[in-house]
Amino acid sequence: MDFPEELKYTEDHEWVLVENDVVTVGITNFAQDQLGDIVFVELPEVGDMLEEGKTFGVVESVKAVSDVYAPVAGEVVEVNEVLPDEPEALNNSPYEAGWMIKIKLADPAVLDGLMNVTAYKEFVEKD
Amino acid sequence: MRYLPHTDVDVQQMLDQIGVSKIDELFSGIPEDCRLQRPLDLNAAGSESEVLLFLRELAEKNSKVSDWDAFLGGGAYNHFIPAVVDQLVSRSEFYTAYTPYQPEISQGTLQAIFEFQTLICQLTGMDVANASMYDGASACAEAVLLTIRAGKKRKKVLLSQALPPQYRETTATYCRYLDIELVDIPLQNGLTNQAELQTMLDDQVAAVVVGYPNYFGQIEDLATIAELTHASGARLVAAVPEPLALALYKSPGELGADIVVGEGQSFGIPLSYGGPGIGFFAVRKKDMRVLPGRLVGETTDKDGKRGFVLTLATREQHIRREKATSNICSNQGMCVLMVSIYLALHGKQGLRQLAEVNYAKASYAKEKIAQLKGFSVTFPGASFNEFVITCSEPVAALKKRLEQGGILAGISLGRDYSNLENGLLVCVTEQNSREQIDRLVSALAGGEA
Amino acid sequence: MISTEGRGLVLNENLLFEQSQPGRVGYSVAGLDVPAVTPDSHLIREDISDFPELSEVDVVRHYTRLSTWNYGVDSGFYPLGSCTMKYNPKINEVAARLPGFTDIHPQTPEALNQGALELMYNLQRDLGEISGFPAITLQPAAGAQGEFAGMLMIRAWQEARGQKRHKVIIPDTAHGTNPASSALCGYEVITVASDGILSKEAVAAVMDDDVAALMVTNPNTLGLFEADIREICDLVHERGGLVYSDGANLNAMMGISRPGDIGIDVMHFNLHKTFSTPHGGGGPGSGPVGVVDKLKPFMPVPFIVKGDGGYQLEYNCPQSIGRLKSFYGHFGILVRAYSYILSMGGEGLKRASELAVLNANYIRARLENEYDLPNKQRSLHEVVFSEDALQNDCHTLDVAKRLIDYGYHPPTIYFPLVVHGALMIEPTETESKQTIDEFCDALLAIAAESKNNPELLKQAPVRAKVRRLDETAAARKPKLRWERE
Repeated sequence: MDFPEELKYTEDHEWVLVENDVVTVGITNFAQDQLGDIVFVELPEVGDMLEEGKTFGVVESVKAVSDVYAPVAGEVVEVNEVLPDEPEALNNSPYEAGWMIKIKLADPAVLDGLMNVTAYKEFVEKD
Repeated sequence: MRYLPHTDVDVQQMLDQIGVSKIDELFSGIPEDCRLQRPLDLNAAGSESEVLLFLRELAEKNSKVSDWDAFLGGGAYNHFIPAVVDQLVSRSEFYTAYTPYQPEISQGTLQAIFEFQTLICQLTGMDVANASMYDGASACAEAVLLTIRAGKKRKKVLLSQALPPQYRETTATYCRYLDIELVDIPLQNGLTNQAELQTMLDDQVAAVVVGYPNYFGQIEDLATIAELTHASGARLVAAVPEPLALALYKSPGELGADIVVGEGQSFGIPLSYGGPGIGFFAVRKKDMRVLPGRLVGETTDKDGKRGFVLTLATREQHIRREKATSNICSNQGMCVLMVSIYLALHGKQGLRQLAEVNYAKASYAKEKIAQLKGFSVTFPGASFNEFVITCSEPVAALKKRLEQGGILAGISLGRDYSNLENGLLVCVTEQNSREQIDRLVSALAGGEA
Repeated sequence: MISTEGRGLVLNENLLFEQSQPGRVGYSVAGLDVPAVTPDSHLIREDISDFPELSEVDVVRHYTRLSTWNYGVDSGFYPLGSCTMKYNPKINEVAARLPGFTDIHPQTPEALNQGALELMYNLQRDLGEISGFPAITLQPAAGAQGEFAGMLMIRAWQEARGQKRHKVIIPDTAHGTNPASSALCGYEVITVASDGILSKEAVAAVMDDDVAALMVTNPNTLGLFEADIREICDLVHERGGLVYSDGANLNAMMGISRPGDIGIDVMHFNLHKTFSTPHGGGGPGSGPVGVVDKLKPFMPVPFIVKGDGGYQLEYNCPQSIGRLKSFYGHFGILVRAYSYILSMGGEGLKRASELAVLNANYIRARLENEYDLPNKQRSLHEVVFSEDALQNDCHTLDVAKRLIDYGYHPPTIYFPLVVHGALMIEPTETESKQTIDEFCDALLAIAAESKNNPELLKQAPVRAKVRRLDETAAARKPKLRWERE
């Protein structure tokens, strides 16, 4: 199962791509595999303020629902408008076409709490 | 016992296989102090003939509306039920099945629900309908909860006083502990008072709920109410206690309602002392994912053949548990069938014609009563098959007097509306002949019933 | 003799709307005996667009054909765990259709419908005797509404004595309706893990002065009696809480143990499970609730009382939680349940529970060597296997679908969630040893197939009206109604 080197990861199986003060967030290959065929995605609106650790959206498969949590605090600056119509992108391309939202960081220091790829791989194996 | 197939030999062989010597040992997990130490104090088992005889005696102590000149409505309507309905719903492949969780062997139920959803959408003028709720009142309560879920922190709901009292009370029960403020909208001439409504609407209001027809049988001006409601960012819920009216009057969907709920008993379901009936629940596409209850959707099987499945189940309690859109688990399956069969039989022409007959008969009665000394028709607006009359003699005594003559004249409004103490809600359907109506009129006038 | 051989005639049938022909009718409305009038034209709607136009024959064939694609208890064995799919006696259907029951209006004065009220009064009394509760309401429309009513009464009682409690404890084996009903009463749900049965220690660890109630299902969804229930009830009561019991599994207990005697404060009945009323393809159900004396003032209105003037609907209850629905519960279902109790009698009901438990244990004994049984305690009316003994990447879903090819309705699958790939079998008492033997033979044959020919499971069913359906596509692009292309 692939987990790109350049990303950071959370214990809720989300990935985070850091580009200056904007981070892109999605769910990992492991998460989409656990959920199975994803049929629906609910995303916040641009301009919403997110609190770290609070839910910002929902991902649903036919028989399961999973909240997605904000890995960092900040303002939503972009959402992947395509996802609501093509939720399968989360299954087929979790790291690219399946990105969910972009957040403008309130405090860059919080990134230190995220896992790197090695740590995340260990975490997944334990889980 | 005729439903219990076990012979003594069967029981013995089964115990041997299990490895215990008597059935009682299978209950060893129940502590002694949790056991009932005496036999249940119930009747002895009755034979089929005895049970039926006894139940028939109870049934005969009741008053069938067919034995009376009955003008009762108020949320339960006496309509003729074609023979086909009961013949078909008596097919036990339908009624002895469970919820269609195994779609491959439940396509009958599933297709029937899909058709029901479509029929309800067509009738109400809406986009999406669910597989049904318990009844009109609880569907109304669930509609209010939907508007709160979807209403982005708005916590107030305005209920027209002309919404059926049962709907208002049930809604109050559902909202009891949910931090929702329910406020009554006053009336004018038996209709929701639009000027008052306008002053009550603010950015805290999630929904406005009105009856269509309302409890007094009146046809509300939904289009104007929708306009006012939408201007404040709230949803309009139209609650329909007598859906036959929708075959004649403009649909709530056409007039701008966001949610249409109601009671489907009129369509082929016996009165049965008020239950079971069926609640229907229809919304616009935008609210599809916050709907309560079950939904059936179309899909294909492995070979590409059309089939139907329960879908969007993640809204429901068995998956989302305390975050579900409702705690409802069942739908009114058997009643879904009754309604669908009834509507399929009547179809486009029949339903309209039946609605026109109801309207014409009620209009005839209304006009005759309006001419009587001591009586007046209370409200001037358009109505369907029910209307309110004001009586100069106390309603309780009047009803009693008419009862002596074999007439169930209507429903007293005094208990629910203090300003209508002399009001009587009269319902006339296709089941009431002109002779019956004439008898009612002459009995009201004080003549022989 | 088990077999997947056979032939059947399964024909296609289009939707009502696709068969519609303009001008065709299936009704006859009696001629108008009063002057024809119509409302103001601006109020009138156009024709209901695309509403079906069919003959009576069209409609009869349509639904008859649809019915043949269904599987009901009358078609065969239906061992759906937790759903108690027992035989639905035909006398109940006849009774509920007596004109003196169907043709009575809820707004007719009470004095004129004494038979209906007497029936309801008697049923209240009988359900009270079976459960040990002094007061019963017949109002709730279904089990879930019964739960809601029960939890509302608990909250009303707590508030009446000045207690603003916010939490409800629910074991992880509970039906989803339990947390959903609690949430509707404004409660926060505290989930507690159970190891087969709920332990006093597990409850004690989360029980505090902010807990309004504990909700249990007894016997629980693993088919196990909650052996510590008395102590657990005492513990909850000591801290000012009440105990709600989900009566879904009452079929194991009639005449054997009464919830009202062992510390439970509130319980709902599922008349469509324990009391043989038909499930109707999804409903209508009926969910009466029994309560202890102290909760009686909070019962929903109306309920039936017997006074000097006969039976009456009682509305004058200032502390009542209010009304749950339009009229007086699902009366037509109450008639069926009462007919069942009359037919069975007290002894018959106890025998039914005994044989339900015997049947379930017999299935367990016949299958436990081939299917993994995670909980080894003595179980009652149902048995729950896991998928862990299945071979070749076969799962519970595959077993369920293969059972269809053998002519059975599958058991409940993937519930309770605490069992991996749960296969939850509840035979009920109305199935004979021979039926159960054939069913067990089929499950054993399927276990063998999973080893030798797993494709038979993966491809199943092949003999039903349709093959496995694409539920993902249905949910991604929902098509929830027919529309003209």
